Amino acid sequence: MALQELTYRDALRQALIDSMRENPDVIIMGEEVGRYGGAYAVTKELIKEFGAERVIDTPISEPAIIGAAVGAAMAGLRPVAELMYVDFIGMTMDQLGNQAAKIRYMFGGQIGVPMVLRTQGGTGRSAGAQHSQSLEAYVMHTPGLRLAMPATVSDAYHLLRMALTKPDPVVFIEHKALYTMKETVDLDAEPLAWGKSAVRREGKDLVIVTYSRQLHYVMEAAKKLSADGIEATVIDLRTLNPLDFDTIREHVERAGRAMVVSESVMTAGVAAELSARITEECFDYLEDPVVRVAGEDIPISVSTALETGSVPGPQLILETARKLLGARVAA
Amino acid sequence: MTKPEAIHAAPARPNTDLPQLYRTMRRIRTFEERVGELFVRGQSAGSMLHLSIGEESAAAGFCAHMQDGDTFTTHHRGHGIFLARGADPNRMMAEIGGKEAGYCHGKGGSMHIADMGLGHLGANAIVGGGIPAIIGAGLAARHHGTGKISVAFFGDGATGQGILYESMNMAALWRLPCVFVCINNQYGMGTRIDQATANAVLHERAHAFGLVAETVDGLDVEAVAEAAERLVAGAREGRPAFLVVDCYRFYGHARKDKSPYRDATEEETGRQKDPVAFARAALLERGLADAAELDALDAQIDAEMDATIDFTVAQTEPPLSTMFRDVYAPEEPEPEPVRVRIDRILARA
Ligand SMILES: Cc1ncc(C[n+]2csc(CCOP(=O)(O)OP(=O)(O)O)c2C)c(N)n1
Ligand SMILES: [Mg+2]
Repeated sequence: MALQELTYRDALRQALIDSMRENPDVIIMGEEVGRYGGAYAVTKELIKEFGAERVIDTPISEPAIIGAAVGAAMAGLRPVAELMYVDFIGMTMDQLGNQAAKIRYMFGGQIGVPMVLRTQGGTGRSAGAQHSQSLEAYVMHTPGLRLAMPATVSDAYHLLRMALTKPDPVVFIEHKALYTMKETVDLDAEPLAWGKSAVRREGKDLVIVTYSRQLHYVMEAAKKLSADGIEATVIDLRTLNPLDFDTIREHVERAGRAMVVSESVMTAGVAAELSARITEECFDYLEDPVVRVAGEDIPISVSTALETGSVPGPQLILETARKLLGARVAA
Repeated sequence: MTKPEAIHAAPARPNTDLPQLYRTMRRIRTFEERVGELFVRGQSAGSMLHLSIGEESAAAGFCAHMQDGDTFTTHHRGHGIFLARGADPNRMMAEIGGKEAGYCHGKGGSMHIADMGLGHLGANAIVGGGIPAIIGAGLAARHHGTGKISVAFFGDGATGQGILYESMNMAALWRLPCVFVCINNQYGMGTRIDQATANAVLHERAHAFGLVAETVDGLDVEAVAEAAERLVAGAREGRPAFLVVDCYRFYGHARKDKSPYRDATEEETGRQKDPVAFARAALLERGLADAAELDALDAQIDAEMDATIDFTVAQTEPPLSTMFRDVYAPEEPEPEPVRVRIDRILARA
C-alpha cells in the first residue's frame, strides 16, 4: 500500500479493523466502545461493520469487563477489553494480576490468556488526579503480563496488530495526548519486531531511553542538544515487557552515559527499573550516574500549571542532559 | 411548558418550603449555566465538566433535610449537591477554574471538590468511588454518638459497580445511618439505562439487601423533599435507605458532548421534565409568589452567579511552590522535586 497520512487514533482503529477482518474471534468489549465509538473515538463506527456481538457495550463494571475477557480468552476468543482510563486499573487489578497474569503458570502451562487490555493514560487534558496517571509500573511489576506503549503512529498500528497475535495477556497503553498526532506511514512496510526497541536517533555522547509521549519531548531536546554539539542516541522501548535490554546495553557501552525519561512517577517506577539495570549491567562503562527524569512523586493537579509541572517536558530533559554532560564532554 | 394538570395533580405539601426549594434549584441551574460560560471563555481548568441541569430537584430536595454535621460524598456531577449543602459559589467556581482561591486550591477541580467544613467528603472521578466512604462515616457517627447521617450521591451508571452492592450490604447488616441517593438521569455517558442494566427498576436491588428503598419523580422537588424527610429520619435511627430520583440529563455527558446518540424528539420530551420550571409554575399556581417576585429573585440569582465568573477570572493559578504541598501531612517533609534531586546527584558526580 502507498504512504498515507494517519493520526495515532486512526492507526489504532485501523489495527482493530484489520485484526477483526482477519480473525472472526477478535471481539471488543468495554464502556462506550460500540454506539458511542469509544471515549477517545478509537472504536468509532466499528459496531457498524462488526455488529454488537463483536463490539460489546458493557455496564460500568471494570473488574467484570477484564474478568470476562480472561474467560473469553481461555474459551477461544481473542478479546480486546477497553479500560477507558488506565487510572481505573486498580479496580481491575485482581482480574489482571491474580487471574490473567498467573493462569498459565498456576495451571502448569495448560492454557494461556491471549487477551489485550487497551487503555490510555498520561497527562495533557487537565483531567485531574484520577484521570491523568501513568501506571505502567503496576503492569511491569506483574510477571505474566506483556506491556506495549506506542509512541508513534506506525507503532500504534503495528504493536496493536502484533499484540492481537500474542499468546499471553498484553496491556496496551496509549497516551491521551497523542491521539491527534499525525504521521505519514506505510502500514504495509515491514515493522520492527515485537519486543525490539527502536533507535530513533544515534549519537556518541549519551543515551536517552524513553517510551510513549516522552519520546517526542526527548527528540525535541535532542535536536537542541545537537545544536550545542551534544549528540544523543534516543531509544524508544515500544514494549516494556518484553524489554529489549540488548539494544540499551550496546548503546550505553558505547556512549558511557545514560538518562531515562518517563512520565510515570519516579519512585519504584519504570525509570527506576531501567536505571538499575543499566547501572548493574553497564557499570564498567559508565562515566556518570544514570539519571532518571520522571514524573514527580505527587498526584496530578487539575490546574494546568501544576499538571505540566508534575511531569517531564523538553526543557527539563534538555537541562538535565546539559548538566549530565557538563564540562566533561569537552574533556 | 409545564402541564398545569400535573401541578394540580401534585398533592399539597404542607411540610415543604417550596419557595426555598425553588431558590436552591434556580441557583444550581444558573451556577451550572455559568460553568458552561467559564468553559467557553477558556477559563476552566479541566476538559471534564459535568453539569447537573435537569437534576436540580435531587440536590435541593434531598439536601433540604440534611443537617449541619451530616456528611456526604458525590459523583462527578456534584456541583448542585454541594451548592445545596451551602457551598460558596465563588470558591466552587474558582476550584472548577483550577484557581488557588478554590476549595481545594486548584488541585481538585470540578470532579474532586470537597469541603470538610460542610461535611463534603469529596466528589469523585471514579464511578462509584465515593460510595463506600459513607459506610465508614456512618460507623464513625454511630461510634461517636453524633446522631448524624452520611449520604452517597451517585448516578445510575454506578449501579454497574460491585462496590455499591458491597456497601449496601454493610449498611443494612450494621444498621448504619446511611442513605444512598441514586440520581437516575437515564444515561451513563452515551449509554441509556436500559442498555446497561438488566432490571432498570433500581430501587428493587436495595430491597434485596433489606434497605428501605423507593423511587421518586425528580420533576417534583417537593416529592423528593418529602421522601428525603422520611428516609433521613429513618436513617438517623439506624434504618439505612436507598432513594432513586428519576430525572433527565438535559445536555451532553460533559461540556463537549453533543449527545449524538439520542434524537431531538427524545431530548425535547426529556427536557419537559424540568423541576425548576415545574416548581415555578407551582408557586404561581398556588399563589405562593407572583411573577414579579420570582423575576426579582431570578435576577438576584443571575447577578450572584455572574459575579462568580468575574471572581474566578480575576484569580490566579496556584503557584508552582504549592505543587509538593499536601502529598503528606503538613508536619511531614515534602517529596523532593526531580529537578532538585538531579542537581544534587550531578553535583556529586
Ligand atoms: C470507574 C470508572 N469507570 C468509567 C468512568 C468513565 N465515566 C465517567 S462518567 C461515566 C458515566 C457515569 O454515569 P452515571 O453514573 O449515570 O453518572 P452521570 O454522568 O449520568 O451523572 C463514565 C462511564 C469513570 N470515571 N470511572
Ligand atoms: Mg446517569
